[in-house]
Amino acid sequence: MKTTTLKNMALAFILILLIPTGLMAGSLDSFKGEKGSLKISGGTAHIPVMKDAAKRIMAVNPDIQISIAGGGSGVGITQVGEGLVDIGNSGRKPKDEEIAKYGLSMVEWAIDGVGVAVNPANPVGSLTKAQITDIFSGKITHWNQVGGVDKAINVYTRDEASGTREVFGEKALNKGPITTKAVVVASNGAMKSSVATDPYAIGYVSVGHMDKSVKAVSMDGVAPTVDTVKSRKYPIARGLYSNTKGTPKGLAKKFLDYLMSAEGQSLAESHGFIPVK
Amino acid sequence: MKPFFFISAVISACVSVCIVLFMIILGLPLFREGLFFSMLTSPWNPSNGVFGLYPMIIGTLGISSLALVFGFPLSLGTAALISGLAPKPLAAVLRKTVQAMTGIPTVVYGFIGVFLLVPLIRNLAGEGSGMCILSSALLLSVLISPTMILTFSDTFDQVPVKTRMAATALGATPVQTFLWVVLPASKKGLVTGLILGMGRAMGDTLIALMISGNAIAVPDSLFSPARTLTAHIALVIASDFDSPEFKTLFACGLVLYGFTALSTLAVRAIDTVFRSES
Repeated sequence: MKTTTLKNMALAFILILLIPTGLMAGSLDSFKGEKGSLKISGGTAHIPVMKDAAKRIMAVNPDIQISIAGGGSGVGITQVGEGLVDIGNSGRKPKDEEIAKYGLSMVEWAIDGVGVAVNPANPVGSLTKAQITDIFSGKITHWNQVGGVDKAINVYTRDEASGTREVFGEKALNKGPITTKAVVVASNGAMKSSVATDPYAIGYVSVGHMDKSVKAVSMDGVAPTVDTVKSRKYPIARGLYSNTKGTPKGLAKKFLDYLMSAEGQSLAESHGFIPVK
Repeated sequence: MKPFFFISAVISACVSVCIVLFMIILGLPLFREGLFFSMLTSPWNPSNGVFGLYPMIIGTLGISSLALVFGFPLSLGTAALISGLAPKPLAAVLRKTVQAMTGIPTVVYGFIGVFLLVPLIRNLAGEGSGMCILSSALLLSVLISPTMILTFSDTFDQVPVKTRMAATALGATPVQTFLWVVLPASKKGLVTGLILGMGRAMGDTLIALMISGNAIAVPDSLFSPARTLTAHIALVIASDFDSPEFKTLFACGLVLYGFTALSTLAVRAIDTVFRSES
């Protein structure tokens, strides 16, 4: 009798010890005892979440070095394919040719909307899809044509390697042209700071990057917010992908598992993305 | 010791020849298809399969020459102050400041440009984004000035003190001495400084990328955005290695190389003409 109680107590104790590790598999604990470096590059929309995750992992385990670079989705896919980085981020699903060529395996860990942004001082807060297409193609040239001030519109766009540009061009502009006079910036961050400082600017940023420094413009009456993207009422959305060459191994696998864990997903949510789980 | 120097010289010469060969070989398909020369005059429109460099060529020439126009007088004046016209303590402070300026990373200039200069130019122009030829030329002139100032003032300092004193003895004021004695004796240094400054202006990527707006339209005024060849390479290199866009980058590199070589030759030619006249 006494021995069985002891046995049960021991069992319970062992179980208690096991439960947290079991529950937190894929969470920060899995990085204990790991060593080495992890190189990440590509999509600029991903960066805030990547940075936060890296900071937490490196705080738990200082032996791990995680470096995060931008460059755009195209860069992420090429660099991971050529073996220059361990994880290549892209704000679009890699194309079939890219997957076949590099043997990519991908993890979609969040959904992100792309919203039209203007300067907070701009009275225009809502545009139709047709107006947006005409503004970016250069057909509408002044803000007073869409209910704003009598000033020329400064159109901002992203570089060719941008996944944000690709999604915006496809789903908002229906692959229509963007005026050659548009100012080209190289990251979501640069887009935000340009629009935030230029009173007559119009651009587009990842919904996760939207904050008070810019004003989100509703399209056909729907504002680009986490909720409208989640309910699919706002149509310009894309998955955020992290790609590896072949099946993820070692640190890269643990990092991706962490992104898919409850903690990683709430991290994505806190940065304005829609978690996939 | 002599063979060592000889070998270093041969290696550095080889590297620069190799780079040209490398770009020519990789750009060979473009030459074979006869695209290279049409690229120099056509626009950049990848969605229609047109990969011309004309807007970027105009952008590069416009921005770097304007930067020299702003930077040269600025540098000449500062160098004159450092090498004799300013009182000794002020000259020393100036020289130290300029030397410190050479160490400022380009990205710092770019950052300051985005938040201070661009809004200023935007208000001045009354329209446009403020990211334009004028903004980046102004900022570039600040970037290339330290190189020119230090080269100029080194040359001014090489003018023998005796010569200067002779001028002073004849009753020349310091400014007159500088204008009629020191300046004519320093032609070679002025040319070297100009070449170095121009090379830096044409080769700079980050300021152009951050400030000039990178639009692919041919600029039509000082206030229009423009893309330079260097910024173009930086923006397009991110695309797929197999894409036709990527292949045209070698042509871009060749054009840039050609410009630097041509402008160096041009300045040298002007120098020889001046020399034979005097």
